Amino acid sequence: MIRFQNVTKRFGTFTAIDNLSLDIFEREFFALLGPSGCGKTTMMRMLGGFESPTEGRIELSGKDIVGVPPNKRAVNMMFQSYALFPHLSVWDNIAFGLRRDGRPKADVEARVAEMLKLTRLEKFARRKPHQISGGQRQRVALARSLAKAPKLLLLDEPLGALDKKLRQDTQFELMDIQEKTGTTFVIVTHDQEEAMTVASRVAVMDEGKLIQVATPDRIYESPENVYVADFIGDVNIIEGRATPEAGGEDDTYRIDWAEGETPLQATSATRFDPGQTCYLAIRPEKVTISAERPEGALNAVQGKVLDIAYLGNISTYHVELTSGTVIKAQTANTRRISRRSFTWEDPVWLSWTVTGGVLLAG
Amino acid sequence: MNRLSWFNTVSLTLGFAFLYIPMLILVIYSFNASKLVTVWAGFSTRWYGELLHNEAFLDAAWVTLKVAVFSSSIATVLGTMAAYVLVRGNRFLGRTLFSGMIYAPLVMPEVITGLSLLLLFIGIGLDRGVLTIVLAHTTFSMCYVSVVVSSRLVTFDRSLEEAALDLGCSPAQAFRLVTLPIIAPAVISGWLLAFTLSLDDLVIASFTAGPSSTTLPIKIFSAVRLGVSPEINALSTVMIAIVAVGVIAASLVSKRSLVRQQKDEQEAARAQ
Ligand SMILES: Nc1ncnc2c1ncn2[C@@H]1O[C@H](COP(=O)(O)OP(=O)(O)OP(=O)(O)O)[C@@H](O)[C@H]1O
Ligand SMILES: [Mg+2]
Repeated sequence: MIRFQNVTKRFGTFTAIDNLSLDIFEREFFALLGPSGCGKTTMMRMLGGFESPTEGRIELSGKDIVGVPPNKRAVNMMFQSYALFPHLSVWDNIAFGLRRDGRPKADVEARVAEMLKLTRLEKFARRKPHQISGGQRQRVALARSLAKAPKLLLLDEPLGALDKKLRQDTQFELMDIQEKTGTTFVIVTHDQEEAMTVASRVAVMDEGKLIQVATPDRIYESPENVYVADFIGDVNIIEGRATPEAGGEDDTYRIDWAEGETPLQATSATRFDPGQTCYLAIRPEKVTISAERPEGALNAVQGKVLDIAYLGNISTYHVELTSGTVIKAQTANTRRISRRSFTWEDPVWLSWTVTGGVLLAG
Repeated sequence: MNRLSWFNTVSLTLGFAFLYIPMLILVIYSFNASKLVTVWAGFSTRWYGELLHNEAFLDAAWVTLKVAVFSSSIATVLGTMAAYVLVRGNRFLGRTLFSGMIYAPLVMPEVITGLSLLLLFIGIGLDRGVLTIVLAHTTFSMCYVSVVVSSRLVTFDRSLEEAALDLGCSPAQAFRLVTLPIIAPAVISGWLLAFTLSLDDLVIASFTAGPSSTTLPIKIFSAVRLGVSPEINALSTVMIAIVAVGVIAASLVSKRSLVRQQKDEQEAARAQ
């Protein structure tokens, strides 16, 4: 539905978007994720029609939309700052776009009522934006951008202002709305958890480039490079040299990673040359912590507990290995805290399976 | 509240005495029963009554009012448009020059403005009358309006206009439906300012007024040359009252909008 073709956007000499190509499909919930200043808002503004690309073309439903002014696009945007009209009531804010289409009055009223119901704002319809709370305002902004039933809805950090609980509620609400209306959503966020929750596909960006575009589980489980692995969630990165395992299957590699330590083993779909530098990325929850060396574990290292971060449902153990490397391991707290098995300075073993980590080239 | 020190009290008193004693005397003497301006002969509103029967003054007052209403309205439209383009418009060649130039008439001596307008009107063969005064007043009060309006526009959140465009407004509709209602207080106080400026202008008006169209300040000025009469005092008091109301209204409007704007901004900040 949306196609970015070799799009470059420069502000003066600064390149905000660098030769980027991307397809977003109909009825998708697409998330743009990346650090501050990587060009997410710029992408949105180009879709909304507030910026035009310096080079390349942007297609919407097969038509080139570069040069089409914002009011002629079947796209609505929910602004990072909400941009509610302060002189209009909630009701009039939501009706604003509908009235511009010159719809009959009854139509407008029905549609606004529907939107108010959807966002549970019926009680506040007559209030002005400054008379309602931040979360309510955010819902007004959402209702206003949804009211015209656009083909494409752009949400620029829509939930940044909300506390965690309201944020989660709204995330589910958004997904619900998306399912009900069938609108294509593009959401910008720098909260990776949010992107994982709501999106059907996630694009990780850095410095105006796409690093990886994939479904949330693929982004998490098989990141393509260290940047993505590190950006999404918690991860242990172990640098080493890969050597194809002689005896084993041909996608198993031996990783020499520190003097005097037993080499690690990992499988990888991508090929590594003997002696090539590689990075083994292992999620903390895939590392098992135990007092004794586990029987038959192929990857097991010894260390002592440096720190314990208790997060309620889970605990993260920071374990310092003899080589000085710190590895994080996570366990679910299925027992009460008083019966927890490890404490500071305890010698422990960490282990993980051959397929537990992902081997990355860089 | 801090109490004022002895020194501050004195400076404040002196300063305000300096400013307002002349006006106060004028107001007091306008209620003098005697025909002699300098001799107090008891309280009376007689001169206000006479004022109502003085055709010449009433005519002048009517001219002044017409000029003030028309010139301030035209100046408000032009000044707002100028401010909008200078603050909002895309960068165009010489924009800085234009923004500077719009303020120049503020510091230009009135005599020069008046003289150049006079030359222009003579040059294009326009008979001097109400129309020429309106044009002249529009020229100089327009800059005041544009200063007031552009200072409001600078703090105006651009994304509101973008949201309006996004929801299907043409740029003109976005201005009419979103920008204008929000900056309305600044536009109104600009109008009030232009109105009061036009009311009390003497110099430019005397350059551009014709024999059949004298404004009140001109009338007063020429009457005073023949001697101050209590009637003039009464007339001046009325004018002081009108100007005072105008200025106070303008400052109230902008103060209120400032307070509201600050409140909105606080709300917005809280929402972040
Ligand atoms: N109008 C502009 N003129 C010059 N540079 C700009 C302009 N707009 C954005 N930039 C630059 O382009 C880069 C990308 O900006 P953008 O707003 O897209 O970032 P972002 O990914 O949305 O960041 P954030 O997460 O902080 O919102 C930034 O480095 C920014 O400084
Ligand atoms: Mg942004």
